[in-house]
Amino acid sequence: MMRVSSWGLLSNEEHNVQALCARDQVATLLPSQTQTLAFGAGRSYGDVGLNPQGHLLLTRGLDKFIHWDEQSGQIHCESGVLLRDIQQLCVPRGWMLPVTPGTQHVTVGGAIANDVHGKNHHALGSFGDHVVSLALAQSSGEVLQVQACDALMHATIGGLGLTGVIVSAVIQLRRIAGPWLQAQTLAYRSLDEFFSLSDASAHDWEHTVSWIDCLSGSHPRGIFLRANPLSAEQLGALDPAQRVVPTRRTRSMPFVPPVSLVNGLTLKPFNALYFHLNKFKAGTAVVHYEPFFHPLDNLAHWNRMYGPRGFYQYQCVVPRQDGQAVVQALLKAIAESGEGSFLAVLKTFGERHASGLLSFPMPGVTLALDFPNRGERTLRLFASLDDIVREAGGRLYMAKDARMSRAMFEAGYPRLQEFLTYRDPAMSSAMSRRLMGW
Amino acid sequence: MTNKQQHIMVVGATSAMAEHCARLWAAQSPQRLTLVGRDAQRLQRVAEDLKVRSPKSHIEVIAMDLLNAQAIETTVSRVVMQQPLDVALIAHGVLSDQTACQNDVRQVDASLQVNAVSPVLWAEACVQHMVAAQHGTVAVIGSVAGDRGRQSNYVYGAAKGLVARYMQGMQHRLAGSPVKAVLIKPGPTATPMTAALTAQGQKMASVEQVAQDIVSGVARGHAVIYTPGIWRWVMLVVMHIPRWVFDRVRI
Repeated sequence: MMRVSSWGLLSNEEHNVQALCARDQVATLLPSQTQTLAFGAGRSYGDVGLNPQGHLLLTRGLDKFIHWDEQSGQIHCESGVLLRDIQQLCVPRGWMLPVTPGTQHVTVGGAIANDVHGKNHHALGSFGDHVVSLALAQSSGEVLQVQACDALMHATIGGLGLTGVIVSAVIQLRRIAGPWLQAQTLAYRSLDEFFSLSDASAHDWEHTVSWIDCLSGSHPRGIFLRANPLSAEQLGALDPAQRVVPTRRTRSMPFVPPVSLVNGLTLKPFNALYFHLNKFKAGTAVVHYEPFFHPLDNLAHWNRMYGPRGFYQYQCVVPRQDGQAVVQALLKAIAESGEGSFLAVLKTFGERHASGLLSFPMPGVTLALDFPNRGERTLRLFASLDDIVREAGGRLYMAKDARMSRAMFEAGYPRLQEFLTYRDPAMSSAMSRRLMGW
Repeated sequence: MTNKQQHIMVVGATSAMAEHCARLWAAQSPQRLTLVGRDAQRLQRVAEDLKVRSPKSHIEVIAMDLLNAQAIETTVSRVVMQQPLDVALIAHGVLSDQTACQNDVRQVDASLQVNAVSPVLWAEACVQHMVAAQHGTVAVIGSVAGDRGRQSNYVYGAAKGLVARYMQGMQHRLAGSPVKAVLIKPGPTATPMTAALTAQGQKMASVEQVAQDIVSGVARGHAVIYTPGIWRWVMLVVMHIPRWVFDRVRI
């Protein structure tokens, strides 16, 4: 037995843990287990990757590449390989993962099971859209070769690890001229301005995202970032001095402070400072993909700064038609509650439907916020946010959730019944028991 | 400098530590890698992975019985014939179950064969050729467990202690020679071999960090590498605890 926490550090319960080190091990192990779950890098925030008192199969030891086709850009690797490792290998050779989430320290298996998205959703969709095939071990003892067109693939993408254990996958990479992006930073001072920036950027900019100061109340303000990969011609014209490769100096939050460092005293000045610093940086610059896509990856264990009680991340998506009013209402509810968030992200998704039956992305606007866990108070705020999201026809992101109600889940994911027919009876998680009953 | 590929032989190449070292070497520049182990299929997978990471590397696998002295000698001669060795990393081992050893002398025998006798035979076979070529580094993975016998794992500790004493003598023999002998003493590391321990909640160093220390230590030809470095000081203290104190702690 071993105590395991997820990234939100909200719980620390005993699990039967087994580290996998060879891919053929999975198929022989699974038939003998019940209530089991694959666990990758542990970067989901809530209980999607937890299975207290049940089994966890640690996939980080399945970290081998299997084949790389430099002509087609397809990489075949085991499911415990980190997205970082694929990038480090392929970027120097002119290929890159088409979709990466805010951290590249996640496993391929986790990225598929949560169908993660990035800043370029409107251009390239989510991670699952680039999975060519995968090998799925099931409790029957079989290892199924699942192709992109198979129904089981749509259940496994965003399938929360409940259809079996992903053993390996083939991912289609995209061609790039180099690791640099042309990035633009703009300040906005209203939601109107945010939405018009988003709309204006959707066509000409591959990556868009914004940080929003959720404490600014009725006058939201934020920083809008957009970027495009540099083409070969642009790269050629680039002054070598601009080709800055960031030093990989990782700092670490060495311990869990006794109280959350994100609190009423620090939030307002932090947010104001962040806004004004970036406002002065506004303009166009050439940046390396790492700091642009993964700004927090150089601060290891940043989750510890929320103190011993951990933190929640609340991420919702609501349809675009009343998106602006809904976001306004959410921000208002947050401001009134007196709870606050430093890492608040506001972004529009593209007009495309994700391939997974339980995938999170849908056309609309998504808001993501971190909240230190302050018990009942925080949960009450979430309940009021849930009402707004549900009313608007939106849903919450499972990779972040640790507390939504079953009704909220069912309302947000209409294809649930279809999904359930693909579940492997031996696979189970704290989240599946909470939201699906088993 | 010629840009000829280095020839690195890794014995026990499917062990997580050895595999991560091989990845680091392959990432530095294309190498000639000879991977030796027991299980042909697992070796093949390690080779596939390294081939993806470093397509220009030349990778060969040899699956064999790692305990047979005759086979060790012939294999090393054959490997060296293809290209003299620059580095030999001898990394195989099994973390034996102390309680099982106490109940069954055959387990003790098996542990000593795998963790003590076999690594020494491999090192000796490699050094013979390196001395003749006046070139090369032989690196053997020992353990902090070999520094002082403890009730919880003294059979494994004794095996690693034998390796340590052997390497000490080898270093004495090679003093002043261009051939280097490097003894690596990892502390508890999170590898599948120690998975059972991690499950009990011990804090472990990551295998990536340990591999990094091994690769840079081997490049510098250090005599003894503790990894993570803190273990040098921990073991210095442990080795000097007087017996009447040591006997009162159950570690």
